[in-house]
Amino acid sequence: MLKLSGITKRFGSLVANDHIDLEVREGEIHALLGENGAGKTTLMNIVYGLYAPDEGTIEWKGRPVRISGPSEAIKLGIGMVHQHFMLVPVFTVAENIILGKEGGFLLDRRKAVEEVRRLSEQYGLHVDPEARVESITVGQQQRVEILKALYRGAELLILDEPTAVLTPQEVEELGRIMKNLVSQGKTIIIITHKLKEVLQLADRVTVIRRGKKIATLDTQGRTEEELAALMVGRSVSLRVPKGPARPGKVVLEVQSLCAKNARGLPAVQDVSFTVRAGEIVGICGVDGNGQTELVECLTGLRRATSGHIFLNGREITRMNPRQIREAGVGHIPEDRQRRGLVLDFTMAENVVLGSQRQYASWGVMNMRRMTDLARKIIEAFDVRPPEPAYRARSLSGGNQQKVIVGREMTRDTSLLVAVQPTRGLDVGAIEFIHKQLVQARDAGKAVLLVSLELDEIMALSDRILVMYKGRIVAEVPAHEATEEGLGLWMAGGGASA
Amino acid sequence: MRKGIGQWMGSLLETIMVPILSIALGLLVGTLFILVAGADPVEAYSALFRAVAGSPRAIGETLVATTPLIFTGLAVALAFRCGLFNIGVEGQYMVALLASALAGYYLHLPRGIHALVTLAAGALAGAIWAAIVGILKAYRGVHEVINSIMLNYIALYFTHYLLMYYFREPSNRAAATPYILETARLTSGLIPGSRLHTGIFIALAAAFFVWFFLWKTPAGYEIRAVGHSPGAAEYAGINVKKNIILAMVLSGALSGLAGAVQTQGVMFKFYEQMGFIGYGFDGIAVALLGRNHPMGVIFGALLFGALTQGSGSMQAVAGVPKTVVWIVQGTVVFFVAAENIFKYLRRRRVKAEVKTA
Repeated sequence: MLKLSGITKRFGSLVANDHIDLEVREGEIHALLGENGAGKTTLMNIVYGLYAPDEGTIEWKGRPVRISGPSEAIKLGIGMVHQHFMLVPVFTVAENIILGKEGGFLLDRRKAVEEVRRLSEQYGLHVDPEARVESITVGQQQRVEILKALYRGAELLILDEPTAVLTPQEVEELGRIMKNLVSQGKTIIIITHKLKEVLQLADRVTVIRRGKKIATLDTQGRTEEELAALMVGRSVSLRVPKGPARPGKVVLEVQSLCAKNARGLPAVQDVSFTVRAGEIVGICGVDGNGQTELVECLTGLRRATSGHIFLNGREITRMNPRQIREAGVGHIPEDRQRRGLVLDFTMAENVVLGSQRQYASWGVMNMRRMTDLARKIIEAFDVRPPEPAYRARSLSGGNQQKVIVGREMTRDTSLLVAVQPTRGLDVGAIEFIHKQLVQARDAGKAVLLVSLELDEIMALSDRILVMYKGRIVAEVPAHEATEEGLGLWMAGGGASA
Repeated sequence: MRKGIGQWMGSLLETIMVPILSIALGLLVGTLFILVAGADPVEAYSALFRAVAGSPRAIGETLVATTPLIFTGLAVALAFRCGLFNIGVEGQYMVALLASALAGYYLHLPRGIHALVTLAAGALAGAIWAAIVGILKAYRGVHEVINSIMLNYIALYFTHYLLMYYFREPSNRAAATPYILETARLTSGLIPGSRLHTGIFIALAAAFFVWFFLWKTPAGYEIRAVGHSPGAAEYAGINVKKNIILAMVLSGALSGLAGAVQTQGVMFKFYEQMGFIGYGFDGIAVALLGRNHPMGVIFGALLFGALTQGSGSMQAVAGVPKTVVWIVQGTVVFFVAAENIFKYLRRRRVKAEVKTA
């Protein structure tokens, strides 16, 4: 149905796609697997007309085409659902779907609603056309995006990292929807870096590494390890080996903590838990259930409205971020580019971020000590390129994260709060950072891990807490946790299970 | 190590490329207008050059014009490093003019000490004026551009009011304060025949201080962290509000020094101001030209000082209107600001090369 031959795309000296061939058959689910920055999204953006390829040809239904823009792609029957949805929150589902295709001077709302309802039922999408987008779940919003593409007559749907924002149950639901679409003659390409999803969802998979196509395989009978090796180029262990935890004294104690979010609505409600030295406690939950606000309270970035936080028996509830850092809390923040690093600072400057005053002697920053620390972290955490004078901005995401993890782990802390420590990183870097977290635990630190990735929580935690609507709704020892069980709690259905 | 130096040279070249190209383009555009004005560009530019550097006196006068621009350029650059656009340098400069004129006249102190105290009075006035902006920004979230613009007007009319009602010397026909005392003046006559005074050294010292402060002290580190990334600064336990105020205060003090040095080295009293003098606004252009780096600011100030200084002579000798020099200045600033145009062109070229390859 779609055939790409020799597609090459360069950005300056970077070759994002290097002579990639790809053949997608009608009626299949084809996964495009690769690490971040491997060139998957670039390739699909070329198909969707957002970039022009420097070399290579695209054949659509057997004849060569030049796709000069998204409108051209849509006309051909190619639709794309981006990672970040493009919906107007205050519009209804139907209004969003017809946006840009209103047709005529007067809006025929009823016809639009009918049309959307028909499509939604035909493909089993179950979306209410008259609901406002802001009031429906993220999973439903994604279905609205899919509907939007279908409404415009898409025969080939490209989904860019569709599962990043979904709960396990929603991923399953998406799988059903995709099967349904395919059974009715649609073709789907999904872009992903998650191995499990490839096996779970796709018929065939094309692996891309550093802009080059490595292989196209049937997913039948493949294992995650096999795919990981192709993706990274070496064999990797997907599960960090770790011994049983030996929890010591209580390091962090949170008592009936409440906090509000930026809009002044209750975000953390009556949360209590403890983390002991030498254990990793994982908090899982769907994005936006109060995890961010909870972490901000623990690190002093947000004021709790009530409740108490104790670190090693000392109350830190009302302390500012500096005092909390000095009291012995390390923090790997959720947003490494906005919080974790000053991107325009060098590595040597970034490794003292938060302890800059300790690196001054006689009121002057001691450049040599800063550079020494940077060297130490670079070596221990394998940061590339190993140049302390390099600006953080010019490092890859994985290396930026290594600098942050290195900085926070090298400091003398008793508690490490790690939020999404491997977000957006490739398999190799994830493996490395997971090992480091386990090492920190074994060195006697208390580790609080907050992540949206259930796999990560399950792989690392000794105890798992589930957060839903600002509350801790479940606490499970890691060895008893199952993905299904946690998924139910995360979706708020735990009480009945 | 050789590679390190090579890289450093490379990045230096890249940094100064755009300003130099912009100056060349500015002069080119100026040439066009000189031709339009019906004059001979060679004659005009040589008149300009002679007035700028043709004699020791000319060089001295150029440096006199450069001195306040170094301060105001530094003021803008320092605030900018903290992510603040201090457009209020003009007003801070103006209150400092008056403050230093008063300190220089009313206080009676030994020579040297009096000059230092007078400088401090100017710096303090500028700092207070800027602190208002910083405090409103930090605690009320009021945008510093709006505030500092409004404070410019307040400074203009407030100093006018104070002069007219309290400090005007009645015996003098022009509305002005009395002359400051000898003890408060900076040593002048460094180059015979010109008004060059020791303020230039104070300006260079200030540039060194700003560089040292920003890049070598923890406080400077924190200010730059706030400027680059308030989120990361907050995460690191750096008090963002405090640093915003600190940066504004220091920026205002530099603006204030510009005013004090002008009073103590050139004017010796505060005259009635009919409108903005422009050193503050030129400081924005100077900082832009100097890429908010103290070294760059010195050169930017030199260029602007020279053009301002030479424009009068160009008009007198070659019959080219002064305004042509403003066009040159404007063009230079435009191209520096439009650096992205260069970047875009270069990217295009790279692309084209790739395609033909």
